[in-house]
Amino acid sequence: MTQPTLVHVLQPKWRTALQRVRQERASGGGGKLVILLLVGSGFWIGAYSVCYFVLKALRSVEEIGAPIAGKMLGVVLLSFMSILVLSNVITALSSFFLAKDLDLLVSAPVDWLRLYLAKLGETLVHSSWMVGLTSVPILAAYGVVFHGGLLFVPYVLLVMLPLLLLPAVVGTALTLILVNVFPARRTRDLLSIIALGAAAGVILLFRLIRPEQLARPEGFQNLVAFIAVLRAPTSPLFPSEWASRAIMGFLDQDFDVQPLVLLWTTAAAFVTLGAILHRRLYATGFTKAQEGAERFVRGIFWRNTVGLVLFPLPVAKREFVLKDIKLFFRDTTQWSQLILLAVLVVVYLFNIKALPLHRGEQVGFFYVTLVSFLNLGLAGFVLASIAARFIFPAVSLEGRQMWLLRSSPLDLRALLWSKYWVGTIPLLVLALLLTGLTNVLLEVGAFMMILSLVTICALTLAIAALALGYGALYPQFETENAAQIPTSFGGLVFMMTTIALLAGVIVSLYQAVHVYLLAVYQHEPVVIDSWMLLWFGVAAALCLVATVVPLRVGLRRMERFDF
Amino acid sequence: MIRLEGITKHYGSFVAVDHISLEVPRGVLYGCLGPNGAGKTTLLRMIAGILKPTDGRVLIGNDDVQDNPISAKMRLGFIPDRPFVYDKLTGAEFLRFVAGLYGQDGDAVERRIAELLEVFELSSWKDELIEAYSHGMRQKLIISSALIHRPECIVVDEPMVGLDPKGARLLKDIFRQFVDRGGTVLMSTHTLEVAEAMCDQIGILQHGKIVAHGTMAEIRRQHAAGDASLEELFLKLTGGHAVRELVEVLGGSR
Repeated sequence: MTQPTLVHVLQPKWRTALQRVRQERASGGGGKLVILLLVGSGFWIGAYSVCYFVLKALRSVEEIGAPIAGKMLGVVLLSFMSILVLSNVITALSSFFLAKDLDLLVSAPVDWLRLYLAKLGETLVHSSWMVGLTSVPILAAYGVVFHGGLLFVPYVLLVMLPLLLLPAVVGTALTLILVNVFPARRTRDLLSIIALGAAAGVILLFRLIRPEQLARPEGFQNLVAFIAVLRAPTSPLFPSEWASRAIMGFLDQDFDVQPLVLLWTTAAAFVTLGAILHRRLYATGFTKAQEGAERFVRGIFWRNTVGLVLFPLPVAKREFVLKDIKLFFRDTTQWSQLILLAVLVVVYLFNIKALPLHRGEQVGFFYVTLVSFLNLGLAGFVLASIAARFIFPAVSLEGRQMWLLRSSPLDLRALLWSKYWVGTIPLLVLALLLTGLTNVLLEVGAFMMILSLVTICALTLAIAALALGYGALYPQFETENAAQIPTSFGGLVFMMTTIALLAGVIVSLYQAVHVYLLAVYQHEPVVIDSWMLLWFGVAAALCLVATVVPLRVGLRRMERFDF
Repeated sequence: MIRLEGITKHYGSFVAVDHISLEVPRGVLYGCLGPNGAGKTTLLRMIAGILKPTDGRVLIGNDDVQDNPISAKMRLGFIPDRPFVYDKLTGAEFLRFVAGLYGQDGDAVERRIAELLEVFELSSWKDELIEAYSHGMRQKLIISSALIHRPECIVVDEPMVGLDPKGARLLKDIFRQFVDRGGTVLMSTHTLEVAEAMCDQIGILQHGKIVAHGTMAEIRRQHAAGDASLEELFLKLTGGHAVRELVEVLGGSR
């Protein structure tokens, strides 16, 4: 029998993608496209500008400029590769073992090699597109600053392709082995903990070694030692080092074919080894992947703790909140993100502590107030990212069960109410923790302390409402993976609206803080006058509107859902 | 009692349900038959308040599902065709959650949960996460959830899908008893034997419209079908020539 081509095996995937674009265009998705283009090009221009100016400055430094640029590229590519291995491991688990089309493909007379290559391609695209897009402005800056010319574009593609392929093969192979040891559903749980734990560890380690200190010139004995360190390859056995050598060689007009050959031959060898491994282990792994993760749960803990606290609530709301909490803590892919969150808080506070404000000498009152004030914006942004991850998908995740909620007498307002408070209360605790502890570390006055705490509470209520409202406006009912929901178009619009809200509140409150600073500098008592009250009122009104309107709009949208 | 008054559903220019009026009184088990895509599921989902009709209204008892949804839904139990439930809850927790949606809790609910799980032979699975349940077990759990608040009417989409023969028999008995005690059941099914054996009245849907309605005897009379079986009637009313063509095609491929 003639085997189907790879393109044919992958047909449902690319046809679905094309159809989605067509549907988007048919439903007047022009506005969406414009926003996506604006945000995308904004990010690209921003990243390109930063890289361009850094590289331009480096290039002007004789002798060491180019080696430093090469080192930087090596570090960037190495970090891309590490991210890619992790992301490929997780993606391969879905595409090779849990995807819905596997029953059809495995039962069809498609040979093992085609299945492997098709699924490897799918894994590669799903896990690498974001890294690929991120590397465009960086590599473009290298090309422009070092005058790579037009040939640089195809050359970079030639270098990057094996670099993306290698982590895909390694990630896929790791998954294959893991699935043969544990059932796939357990492996997914295990992987999410390992991946997040590893990411959290790396962030923590990176922050705690305080890389800013490495930039201090007194760390090196002399210039020669510094250059020697720069010229030596950091990790000669890593493909990222070969890629960086290949690219920098091309840009320095010192072209060497060896790194390119190394990259392509290694990639080819890895794909071959991966295919052999797939042939040996896939059938057993796929069978194991069908095993369910049976677990015996009593659930008395939640009923006797949270259930008791919620007892005064009407029974429908109480059961709804209890259900949401249980689902969250029983889903490893959900709760394990708390590890990352905890690390984020530690790093955040560590950064505040590490600010040069605390170097023994008396900290300027102005700077302390400024940092405490601007911290509101930063904390707000962190809270928005967390809300995007946990609150924004709340409505989408009910999608498949909506038949039950809509056919029961549960008022949709009660549903929205439960979702809102289940998301808002933990967010509020985190907000108070971030702002309160930061202010304690900064030793701010009572005025700033009260102002920040009240503002962050109002902002949190608004951010949670925005997340829930936009989540209802742009639901993703068919998505199986909750982690993909925040990266949708609705998630993007939510983040943009939240940033606008943060900017509005900070600009309004700045007027009040300015009056406060002036009074303190002139050694006058701080009087809450009508001017200050006006701006407090403006900030409060902004938060109130951002809380009420999205919830109302979300509710109306939910009432119109058709299932 | 379930009453539909000129109920219509449009999806863009496509008419899924076209001006259907129907009354299913208390103590009647009504079967809704029709080929794939005839509009059965859309009709049932509108009755359950999941889909909003483009036109017309649905009354459960005397309550309009759109104007007075809470009272209407309190009287109703809905069983969908696809058993999507919360995978990370246990069977008992799911039933407790559904009871909560109907404002019920306490010992009475616990007793009802135990009773339903026992009837559907799920007692030993009650503390197991639903993700470990088979399709049939999920279906049984959903049927239990529709009965937990003792509804007056049950709307059920393809009740026998995924059930083993014992489960199917049990469900038939439960529906029969429910109707004998004055309840109302409106169900859609593809299994004509089930419909013939169980239903007091039958409606056949084609292209979103009811093309035949009444008891088996009434439908036979209306269509001068003598003592034709339901299958023959169904094929006659919904385009049996397609089946003959299909038989020819399959025969020709040999």
